[in-house]
Amino acid sequence: MSEKVAISVQHVSKSFKLPHEKPTGLKQAIIHFRLGKKYETQSVLKDISFTIKQGEFFGIVGRNGSGKSTLLKLLAQIYSPNSGKVVVNGSLTPFIELGVGFNAELTGRENVYLNGALLGFDRKHTSAIYNDIVDFAGLHDFMDQKLKNYSSGMQVRLAFSIAIRAKSDILLIDEVLAVGDAAFQQKCFKYFEKLKKSNTTVVLVTHDMSAVRRFCTRAILIEGGKIIQEGSPSEVASSYTVENLEDTTETPQAGQPKLETMYKITGTKLEQTKDKLALEFNYKAKDGEPVYLGISVLKDGLSIAEMNTSELLKLNGSGSASYVLELPVFNPGVYELSYALFRLENKELIGAGDRTVKFIIEGLPDLTKSGALKLSDNWKKVGPHEN
Amino acid sequence: MIMNLKNIINHRNRTLLRELVATDFKLRYQGSALGYLWSLFRPLVLFGILLAVFGFILKIQSNIEHYPVYLLLGIVLWSFFVEATNNGLQSIVSRGDLIRKINFPKYIIVISGTISALINLGISMVVVFIFVLMSGVELRPIALLFPLVILELYVLSLALAFFLSALYVRYRDITYIWELGLQAAFYATPILYPMSLVLDKSHLVAKLLLISPMAQIVQDARYVLITPETDTLLKLSHNWLVVLAPIAIVAIATTGAALYFRKNSKYFAEEV
Repeated sequence: MSEKVAISVQHVSKSFKLPHEKPTGLKQAIIHFRLGKKYETQSVLKDISFTIKQGEFFGIVGRNGSGKSTLLKLLAQIYSPNSGKVVVNGSLTPFIELGVGFNAELTGRENVYLNGALLGFDRKHTSAIYNDIVDFAGLHDFMDQKLKNYSSGMQVRLAFSIAIRAKSDILLIDEVLAVGDAAFQQKCFKYFEKLKKSNTTVVLVTHDMSAVRRFCTRAILIEGGKIIQEGSPSEVASSYTVENLEDTTETPQAGQPKLETMYKITGTKLEQTKDKLALEFNYKAKDGEPVYLGISVLKDGLSIAEMNTSELLKLNGSGSASYVLELPVFNPGVYELSYALFRLENKELIGAGDRTVKFIIEGLPDLTKSGALKLSDNWKKVGPHEN
Repeated sequence: MIMNLKNIINHRNRTLLRELVATDFKLRYQGSALGYLWSLFRPLVLFGILLAVFGFILKIQSNIEHYPVYLLLGIVLWSFFVEATNNGLQSIVSRGDLIRKINFPKYIIVISGTISALINLGISMVVVFIFVLMSGVELRPIALLFPLVILELYVLSLALAFFLSALYVRYRDITYIWELGLQAAFYATPILYPMSLVLDKSHLVAKLLLISPMAQIVQDARYVLITPETDTLLKLSHNWLVVLAPIAIVAIATTGAALYFRKNSKYFAEEV
């Protein structure tokens, strides 16, 4: 990786004017003119700065509506920023979508030339690589048919075959992985591997965190139009995953009996190191009633381990308790914690915090040993059986 | 402007322009049995109608010889003007899908729309030339200036196409306004009627009409190609300021349109 800068983004802001009713005709324009313009300015990106060096595989992640696609279009110079600067060194090809300019009424062959021209190939170059494109797409018998007679899978295959011929210094790729089946994704991944080896600068916008971990050399996380994290792909991917979880956790329904006036429990994550996760719980129970505290570790919504204080600590009234979770038993992945307060006498649930603490075990999942828990390999060969 | 001119001949943009024009051309007669032949038939049939209406029925009293060809040339040039400006007007909006996904000089799209019209004009002109020869028109050396007139027509159409296409992105009513404008301009241009009809009424009105670049272009084209009896601006006025006025209008319109288009093209991707 060289130290030369491929893309430099300096204090870029972008906002869109969204009229309440877009004046697409003169009538509306006149009405708007007379009543004063009524539009909202939606600020999509706020003072974004970062640089991408040559040869980097740079990931941009963020939730829907975070502004990542707008950012990509600014990098592609499709949009121009309201303030700030985007400087691009070298030739750049954006893949906001596969098969830009494809026309259903043209034949496959004609579409190859048209799409090629949009990607910057001249006719001679397209003719030279034409056979490779058709071979790779596996569409020999269909090239003289109109594109409208292609299945959507065939269209994607053709578009992808053309796209991977692009020889630009910088490639911008947006959600290309979102289309196609598993076999197609596999092709995409192979292509990414090749790009990575060829030292092409790649900017990838995606929701697929495994792709980010696997290919990117650096990544940023965007939320609400700002970069909230910049760093190693695995850190950024973890933050993204946590952020997504927080949003899906259900908020307690109103109208449920409010036990928390008499019974209450809260849990916080104190510290997470490589081996240990320290937790602290605060509880309150009515009139010094004896209670016990339980926690459970969940993976994909299923409880995989439960621990409780039962009579061990003799809890009553209000106070706090701590617990240290040993982490080496967990395989890499995202885990959630639920905790609850029970009446000691009849084991009745009187207070709970459902899936409110998350923790992540870093690392690449070992595909030969998946599962939540890492148990030791106590294998022993018993001897060959003779038949 | 110099930068722009360099870009136009840039290899990559030329390839793109050619592909866009080819696509337009392929799509135009998509599925029709006679295909490109329609481009030839249209002026042919038009000539037949003109011959019937003006040669036998209306018989406009005019001292102009070869009146049917004279009419045909005017209508063919006007048709180009209508087609080029309408193609141009629609071009940016109809290619919105491209603009939103890839960055390339937007003027290529507008130029490609006008070039499609230019190809049609070329085909029509073949028919016109055939009738010019068949009608026994005596071609004079001044006919060599005809390409210059076409150049002026193309520049004027292109300028309007740039302006209208950028305007249409924001105001979709432009298409109806332009339609009406073209209707009015058609009758303000001496295409169906001979200029002598206006001259009989008022010399001043005739001059004013001829200051409009389209009128000047049509009359000059007829003058150089068909008959020196055509009333051109040069014949009516010897004041150079007046004679050069249409060309000045074209030059100003071109500059204004180029500036307006360049200023707005940055925002096409988000507005289209």
